[in-house]
Amino acid sequence: MEIFVTAVTIFVLAIFVGFEIITKIPPILHTPLMSGSNAISGITLIGALYSSGLPDNNITKILGFLSVIFATVNVVGGFLVTHRMLAMFKKKD
Amino acid sequence: MNLVNALNLSYLLASVLFIVGLKQLGHPKTATKGNILGAVGMFIAVVATLFDQQIISYEWIAIGIAIGSIIGIILAIKIQMTAMPQLVAVLNGFGGIASVLVAGSALQISIPKYEYLVNYQEIISIVFSAIIGGVTFSGSFIAFGKLQGLVTEKAVRYPGDQVVKIIVGLACIGLGVYSTLYPTNEPIYWILSAISLLLGILLVVPIGGADMPVVISLLNSYSGIAASATGFVLNNNVLIIAGSLVGASGIILTQIMCKAMNRSLTNVLFGGFGAVASEMKDDGDFYHGKIKSTSAEEVAMLLDIARTVVIVPGYGMAVAQAQHAVRDLYQLLTARGIDVTFAIHPVAGRMPGHMNVLLAEADIPYDRLKEMDEINSTFENVDLVIVNGANDVTNPLAKTDPKSPIAGMPILDVDKAKTVVVIKRSLSPGFAGVPNPLFIADNCLMLFGDGKKATQEMINALKES
Repeated sequence: MEIFVTAVTIFVLAIFVGFEIITKIPPILHTPLMSGSNAISGITLIGALYSSGLPDNNITKILGFLSVIFATVNVVGGFLVTHRMLAMFKKKD
Repeated sequence: MNLVNALNLSYLLASVLFIVGLKQLGHPKTATKGNILGAVGMFIAVVATLFDQQIISYEWIAIGIAIGSIIGIILAIKIQMTAMPQLVAVLNGFGGIASVLVAGSALQISIPKYEYLVNYQEIISIVFSAIIGGVTFSGSFIAFGKLQGLVTEKAVRYPGDQVVKIIVGLACIGLGVYSTLYPTNEPIYWILSAISLLLGILLVVPIGGADMPVVISLLNSYSGIAASATGFVLNNNVLIIAGSLVGASGIILTQIMCKAMNRSLTNVLFGGFGAVASEMKDDGDFYHGKIKSTSAEEVAMLLDIARTVVIVPGYGMAVAQAQHAVRDLYQLLTARGIDVTFAIHPVAGRMPGHMNVLLAEADIPYDRLKEMDEINSTFENVDLVIVNGANDVTNPLAKTDPKSPIAGMPILDVDKAKTVVVIKRSLSPGFAGVPNPLFIADNCLMLFGDGKKATQEMINALKES
């Protein structure tokens, strides 16, 4: 129970931080922000690494392996395409 | 300091980088740096995890990361900028399904323990991951299909559709409760995941293509919440923090978009533009005999005497890949001393800010792009407006007809300019499915054709004149 309460505390506080840091985003950045935050949601990759790397269970290994692939596509594709978009804004400066 | 503490401190560092990175992504000057910080945070979290003693088998991890990276890199590099919303949807869906699989895997490991003692925090979080992750996955792919034209863009409605959604939603909740009470019954988890996929489809199919950006943003938020739920499964703070940050930012973006369209989220999710459209009468009579169509040569003559020109890019320009032709036109006009600006509606294109990305790709200077609020008061002094493939965002019905599905949506007041030229392939209605009275206005000329071809013809005509 103690762990759970700590986890909920972190969860709620992080939501507030999320609301606070993303205010008044100029419209030109909506798309990059969406794809950038999308990449961060690929943090599930950490969970995928755990299930993929555990010993002695073939089913978790398969599930883990697939989730590593999916999450990595999310992370790598997300950060990279955001960078590509932002680079287009940059070169005109 | 033991390894567990080192690991958790690395996760803290990653979380801080995510927070700072997201913050910087919200400002034009620091956005690139913010994105890199986010990526560095992810890298630290991944490397730290690989040092964890629980992880003893690396082959599959290495292969998985290699495959995922290759696919991710190819997608990110090959994607056309016009297809950006689709890509975001697909990546989002991958994040969602990863959460479902990780939760399923955690359940696998815990089932033997559950024979003796059920960990309720864990099983409830697993159930949440399955439902939210499943909805995110299938919903995102339907959104992708709609934008890509693989699934009908129309809002698919049928009698009793709301009831069906509620029943499937209740089935998810029911199975979730059952799964929590009897966690050792593993097949139920996979049935639950499958029904969640069905729910995602049912939720997104009835929403029209025009609302997909809002849906994608909302699903983005869900994918964050799903990651957060996975964090509760694994008792992992970095997942909880990163997930809830994304969840919150997705909700904020969703709100901003709804506001730009003057619609409530409920209306987007359960109302639907297209649903109203199907009830509208045929447009034939509306336009009949009142349209003045023009030619590229005639427009060139108008451009010859114009002092100020505003170009309104829309999704039609984007699908025609006309941004480079538009840039050429811009350069030609500017070279002749004409003041050319671009009017950007907040929801032009298929995602807020999407149009800015497209025009930036074509090297159109950023200071020439004017936001709606800035440019609307100046239209009276504009000699010529060229609307390239935009429809709903210039539709005066939004102001005049309270019953129209776009009623109250802020629009670009192009009708106030001296002359308006609308480049459009046909008189077909826009996403909102309503006729546009602008097209029959006295000062409006229609230039029928593909956005790119019509622009090139204008350029040629200008050069010859």
